[in-house]
Amino acid sequence: MTDPVTDPVIHLEGVAKTFTLHNQGSAVIPVMEGAELSVHAGECVGLIGASGAGKSTLMRMIWGNYLAAAGTILVAGTDVAKAEPREILALRRGRLGYVSQFLRVVPRVPTLDVVAEPLLVLGVPEAEARARAADLLARLRIPERLWSLSPTTFSGGEQQRVNIARGFAHTCPALLLDEPTASLDAANRETVLGLIEEAKARGAAIIGIFHDEAARSRVCDRVVNVSDFTPKAA
Amino acid sequence: MTPLLQVRGIEKRYGARIGCTGVSFDLYPGEVMGIVGESGSGKSTLLSCLAGHLAPDQGQVIFDTRAKGPVDTVTMAEPERRMLARTDWAFVHQNPRDGLRMGVSAGGNVGERLMAVGARNYGQIRSSAEDWLGRVEIAADRIDDRPAAFSGGMQQRLQIARNLVTGPRLVFMDEPTGGLDVSVQARLLDLLRGLVRRLGLSAVIVTHDLAVVRLLADRLMVMKGGLVVETGLTDQVLDDPQHAYTQLLVSSVLQV
Ligand SMILES: Nc1ncnc2c1ncn2[C@@H]1O[C@H](COP(=O)(O)OP(=O)(O)OP(=O)(O)O)[C@@H](O)[C@H]1O
Ligand SMILES: Nc1ncnc2c1ncn2[C@@H]1O[C@H](COP(=O)(O)OP(=O)(O)OP(=O)(O)O)[C@@H](O)[C@H]1O
Ligand SMILES: [Mg+2]
Ligand SMILES: [Mg+2]
Repeated sequence: MTDPVTDPVIHLEGVAKTFTLHNQGSAVIPVMEGAELSVHAGECVGLIGASGAGKSTLMRMIWGNYLAAAGTILVAGTDVAKAEPREILALRRGRLGYVSQFLRVVPRVPTLDVVAEPLLVLGVPEAEARARAADLLARLRIPERLWSLSPTTFSGGEQQRVNIARGFAHTCPALLLDEPTASLDAANRETVLGLIEEAKARGAAIIGIFHDEAARSRVCDRVVNVSDFTPKAA
Repeated sequence: MTPLLQVRGIEKRYGARIGCTGVSFDLYPGEVMGIVGESGSGKSTLLSCLAGHLAPDQGQVIFDTRAKGPVDTVTMAEPERRMLARTDWAFVHQNPRDGLRMGVSAGGNVGERLMAVGARNYGQIRSSAEDWLGRVEIAADRIDDRPAAFSGGMQQRLQIARNLVTGPRLVFMDEPTGGLDVSVQARLLDLLRGLVRRLGLSAVIVTHDLAVVRLLADRLMVMKGGLVVETGLTDQVLDDPQHAYTQLLVSSVLQV
């Protein structure tokens, strides 16, 4: 039996990752083993560890664009390590959100639609989805005159804010944030931290990577050092 | 949920040469599957087998028909398969000339598909044609022009309108954005994405463009030498490719 109150929303056990570089002499690079992690509703856990320790790798295995070599990755009822592609797609549509470091969009699509899309996919009426998108874009200080333009020509910081707006459009029970405050000015950084606090307050389970220590200590309830999962040299 | 398409062990040979072999997958309603792979890897051959343009030497292509549920389209009677091709399937060719009637007006190209499934009311046919030309962003005052007077991108959009007007459930596309310049490709991509979402279409898309599959396809199949060497969630195959050939394919483009 699962209990929504006490069971974690995200639960990892025995997760391992190896990269095999077939075109570089079939080098096998073990980067992680025995990774464990549990995040409950309303909790934010920060991933820490030196550059190259595997923070992004762990996050990508949870999102499902990196394949886990072993272990269990339970996210809101789905084991991402074993799920079929369409089960992972369903998870991403309704239950798992991800703010990656870079925005990837179909060229020519207006910013407002880029942000509203996750809601439209879920069948939210267009007017409601656009209103929610507009609200987020306004909070993140994207000038209204840019909303009808494609974000492909925006500055790095603007693109990042569009990406954050998109990631927060639907209120997912589980959320992954890869450097959400990097390269933001103080006011926008404050807005993003506010969005994270609101998401926690409504019960989201969040995993974040923050190089900004002040941001991390403000929103994270605890941290997990991924260096603890670095494979011991054989 | 029943898959819309169940492909089992498809093989097609050209004499001693393998076109494709051992291809199996399920496609669910609303899913878009991309097929990538080097030239000659069997992508078009496979797509033709799936769409009933080529008879495979082995295997089954089971389509969930509206009337009778899942039926193997390889062994079904030719008239029945032709009816499916007109009603439930659409095929967008790389070269719009292969999918359009160049001597017939734009409106006629779209209307003809409707008439092939029994539409007879001229006014209704014309207004459907107008509606679909509008959806693919072809101005209403071009309805009586022949495709030969259209640009490549417009011809491709017209081909899409002609194919989708009958409300198919499954769309096959062979390099739908090939040969178009980048900004035209972007428009077409945006259009296809919107149509897939609003109409709940399923699609199988062959392309060599990894940026296109990343934006359009839910799942990806990688072919080499007639075989499927890797399948998975699109971003997983592109970001964490497992097979040597896929790693080479992904690393040889700048950024997707
Ligand atoms: N697609 C990949 N193919 C091969 N190796 C990879 C791949 N992705 C990550 N790695 C390797 O896995 C290790 C962990 O990388 P990762 O990006 O997860 O580190 P990180 O902790 O996020 O570092 P940073 O703080 O610099 O972002 C590194 O050695 C990296 O080279
Ligand atoms: N009609 C044919 N007769 C003989 N051999 C053929 C025929 N059509 C295709 N082939 C061969 O079958 C193999 C697969 O061809 P196919 O056209 O399916 O490749 P493809 O992946 O679509 O390539 P491209 O990316 O160049 O379009 C190739 O070796 C090709 O030469
Ligand atoms: Mg990283
Ligand atoms: Mg081909």
